Amino acid sequence: MDDSRSIRDIQTSAAGDFGELVKVRKFVVHVEETLHEFGPPADPPQLKGYIAAVTANPYAGQYVEDLMPLMAALKPLGLSMAQRLIDAMGGVDKIVAYGKSALVGENGELEHAALWHEPGGYGMRELIQPSKAIVPSTKKVGGPGRPLDVPLAHVNAAYVRSHFDCIECSIPDAPRADEIVWVQAMATGPRIYDRAGGLAASDVQGEDGLR
Amino acid sequence: MKAKIRKTQVVVETTHSDGGRKPKAPTRKAVAIAVIENPYAGKFFQRLKLLEDIGEELGGYLGKMCVDALGIAPEDAESFGKAAIVGEAGEWEHAAAILHPRLGAPLRKAVKQGASLVPSSKKLGGPGARIDVPLGHKDAAYVRSHFDAIEAGLPDAPRANEIVVCVAVTDSGRPHPRVGGLQVKDVEGKDGLR
Repeated sequence: MDDSRSIRDIQTSAAGDFGELVKVRKFVVHVEETLHEFGPPADPPQLKGYIAAVTANPYAGQYVEDLMPLMAALKPLGLSMAQRLIDAMGGVDKIVAYGKSALVGENGELEHAALWHEPGGYGMRELIQPSKAIVPSTKKVGGPGRPLDVPLAHVNAAYVRSHFDCIECSIPDAPRADEIVWVQAMATGPRIYDRAGGLAASDVQGEDGLR
Repeated sequence: MKAKIRKTQVVVETTHSDGGRKPKAPTRKAVAIAVIENPYAGKFFQRLKLLEDIGEELGGYLGKMCVDALGIAPEDAESFGKAAIVGEAGEWEHAAAILHPRLGAPLRKAVKQGASLVPSSKKLGGPGARIDVPLGHKDAAYVRSHFDAIEAGLPDAPRANEIVVCVAVTDSGRPHPRVGGLQVKDVEGKDGLR
């Protein structure tokens, strides 16, 4: 990849244009439905899904001290992605768990992935109510096709044990060296054979985001 | 031990530079792995107590492996995480039975102390599968400089009847934290969040 390519040269369609700093090359929406896992039929089946946005990294190939402009610019993207994923999974009332991750292409810095903490989480929490629990996350730097595990946890009480889960995301052609993959993930139910005890979703107090 | 361990591995990753810049001090992340036999492989078992016992054993065992590999005192650990990869003859829930009921308490002892929830991930996979172990600050989950992850895995595990159990510990945050949020110096350390 040519290091000298500037984000100003990137052209994208209206649906992928979130301003000067955020140009989406592609969205990937993935939804999986688990019907059984060699035990009884899942009742109900669990949907787990993610949405990924592949964007140009405006800070690729250089050390930029102030990263806050990109954090602010990602907010509309985070909100738009969350809405798309919710729609793909049957509506906001179905969503009980969430998570987020970012994968930075090789000309970027690990810290660029950390920019997703506010906009990635905010986008989902704005739409999913109540959502007092912290949004679990992972991040790394890697090449095209690198798998990224997105942790999942209950949206309103982080200690709900049945909802600790995970989904793997990988996109064969992303991230290119000058790109970042931003991911949000959601689930419509607990692990299908949940039986590890702990705090049950039915016992959530919903005050502190933990229990 | 109740765990039948085929092999262990500990990796220490030291970052001397990121984005072309040196951090104030190199940042270090350790991840310890135990490859264990899955006592419930190949059949559906309602109760998974043996895996809960194994989780309790491995929380302390792997936590100490990380702390020793980093060469730090337990109280100098800053963030932690846990993960499991279940081999194909096992069940998704087997990862949950190891990770969630009892692994956390002995891990907290190994890193003195840790009020935060231990972040986690899980999956099913074949030999060579890798997993991103999430990392979060051990005393206050909202400390933004310490949100991170480390990838772990072995080429020859998990076999179908095995589980790869991972615990990660660091002595530092990301190399160049500058995305705001709660700072380590402002941690109250009471509720595990702030």
